[in-house]
Amino acid sequence: MQNFTPVSALLGGALIGLSAFILLRFNGRIAGISSIMNGLFTTSGPNRYWRMTFLLGLMLGATIWQWSVPTSLPLRQNYPLPLIIAGGFLVGFGTRIGSGCTSGHGICGLALLSRRSIAATLTFMASGILTVYLIRHVLQVLS
Amino acid sequence: MMKLVFALFAGVIFGLGLTISQMTNPDKVLSFLDIAGNWDPSLALVMVGALAVAVAGFRWTRQHEKPVFGSRFHITLKTTLDKPLLAGAGLFGIGWGMTGYCPGPAFASLALGNQEAVIMVTSIYAGFWAAGLLQEKY
Repeated sequence: MQNFTPVSALLGGALIGLSAFILLRFNGRIAGISSIMNGLFTTSGPNRYWRMTFLLGLMLGATIWQWSVPTSLPLRQNYPLPLIIAGGFLVGFGTRIGSGCTSGHGICGLALLSRRSIAATLTFMASGILTVYLIRHVLQVLS
Repeated sequence: MMKLVFALFAGVIFGLGLTISQMTNPDKVLSFLDIAGNWDPSLALVMVGALAVAVAGFRWTRQHEKPVFGSRFHITLKTTLDKPLLAGAGLFGIGWGMTGYCPGPAFASLALGNQEAVIMVTSIYAGFWAAGLLQEKY
């Protein structure tokens, strides 16, 4: 637990919740990133523009923080690319089939007390924990 | 126009939240999922912080008939727990555990100059595309 960062975690989390609130209260939209990313290429007109703007904002927000505190974001180096490619594919495939990701189900859906989101969140948490257990402690591929 | 302004604003706040909480650090995400190792519970608190604000904000929002800009709330009313939901969530979790990235942090990381984020986001889109093909067929 040496790396426990409760204050920045709570503060960052509160900002994510605030963003989800703003998007729903003002635009009537759910801040589910997988769905917004997917819609970037599957919708058109205004439905596409707001997604584009939101995603630009997402990168802008990350950039602002990196500029403000340049030492705060260590970039991972030399992580096996096959894991990224296969894992990334599963993230995209799974979130489409399962109608959401950590933000859509784990935050917005849970905040709405949706049964589907509660079930989805428990499922991806469990399979994520199991996958890391297998990779690190059974197969011992990575430290 | 105002919808775009608020979408941008919400995006910026989301991006700040992801980077401040270090969700954009995949090693930190993996040590959250590694409960048998040197467990870092921080990301559970990201969820606590987000839910605290979202629950209160959503509750107040739903007392209104429609959003400030727009005609209705785009919220799915589905309640059934079906196979695609659970299978999809299960596969997503496997990919999350393999990489340490979920979609939001992966996309935000495009701005941080990390090469693996580009490959991650491209692979996510390949997954979207494959799922789209499958959904068209069935």
